[in-house]
Amino acid sequence: MCLGIPGEVRSVTEGELRSGTVAFGGIVKEVCLAYVPEAQVGDYVVVHAGFAISVIDAAAAARVFSYLDEIGATAEIDDEPPG
Amino acid sequence: MKFLDEYRDQATARRYVEAIRARATRPWTLMEVCGGQTHAIVRFGIDELLPPSLTLLHGPGCPVCVTPVELIDQAIALAARPEVTFCSFGDMLRVPGSECDLLAVKAAGGDVRVVYSPLDALALAARHPEREVVFFAVGFETTAPANAMAVVEARRRGLGNFSLLVSHVLVPPAMEAVLAGPERRVDGFLAAGHVCVIMGIDDYRPLAARYRVPIVVTGFEPLDLLQGIHMCVTQLAEGRAEVENQYARSVRRAGNAAAQAVLREVFEVVPRTWRGIGEIPASGFALRTAYAQHDAARKFGVGGIGGREDPACQSGRVLRGLLKPPDCPAFGIRCTPETPLGATMVSSEGACAAYFRYRRFATA
Repeated sequence: MCLGIPGEVRSVTEGELRSGTVAFGGIVKEVCLAYVPEAQVGDYVVVHAGFAISVIDAAAAARVFSYLDEIGATAEIDDEPPG
Repeated sequence: MKFLDEYRDQATARRYVEAIRARATRPWTLMEVCGGQTHAIVRFGIDELLPPSLTLLHGPGCPVCVTPVELIDQAIALAARPEVTFCSFGDMLRVPGSECDLLAVKAAGGDVRVVYSPLDALALAARHPEREVVFFAVGFETTAPANAMAVVEARRRGLGNFSLLVSHVLVPPAMEAVLAGPERRVDGFLAAGHVCVIMGIDDYRPLAARYRVPIVVTGFEPLDLLQGIHMCVTQLAEGRAEVENQYARSVRRAGNAAAQAVLREVFEVVPRTWRGIGEIPASGFALRTAYAQHDAARKFGVGGIGGREDPACQSGRVLRGLLKPPDCPAFGIRCTPETPLGATMVSSEGACAAYFRYRRFATA
């Protein structure tokens, strides 16, 4: 139920209810942008039930890939199965 | 798709699994709160990659599953009224009420529609002023702002024929109910990422401190879940019980201020009954009196309708992490997605449905 899909803001229409179009892969949908007043064209947003609820922070998004190096987990595990 | 596919990278996932193995030095039990996380864990087989000392329990975070049978019966009563166009997210249609489900009402000629957004239901109300359009407002904190905005817009646009049947529930009180029970089995939580997008993470600090339990706000893709598990296990290994944020690309510490403002305007916090669990104080939203004209339960007087649960259904124990789906005597025999006894077998995010769909009959 709490599914949120990331998509790219393609256009913004200011008005009583801020809205815009968001592209999900090849699919473009009308989305309410009232809860992301800071979102601009080109930003990626998380969309739930027709509403963008968050602008994705690209720097934080990369952290899942650097985390293991930061904590010092070995990088060669792929090539050397444990045993 | 960007911000989805890269979080399914196999090589990185293997590194995470090894890092978790190195950290999981004692038997620990983690609970993922959100049904979307449960679905991803079972779909991608993440639980089977973990060392045997680590157990994942599936939490109460599926709104479809915890909506009480009374509300389903009220929805069915509303949907059967000739003047009502009843709109709902699709997964509510097959949830069993006392006697039947919403799909049966539709089959009998009721005007029941599946919508993607409450704004779609609002658009129906604008196009059909002769109809009473009722939207079934279920969901957690993630969904509540969308439903709140639909009511705000209905008022602004003078759409008096639009109302909500509200069954909103809140996640932190349910987590506390899991922790406070005498049968507590949970050593750490993966908290629901999109709930925290709206509400922020500070609400969890008192829980983490009071119950000495690590809480890691976690996303929904395989690498998110693996990183969340690693962070949680690391806290347990180091004897910490803190709130951490794995899903920082979307979750800000204070949450979404614009959404919180609309929630406060439209809803008040009330006690709610959770299907399979019972009443939990201050665990849900109801419309404020100022929005009473958009409250379907008051408008149509269905608030008093009660309900009756099938006694063979053990979804309450599943929702509290006390029973794994395949251990239920009815699982896959009397209870299947085609003939569900309870909501956990209906919803695509229900733990029973996830186990059934991915053929986990023999693994628990």
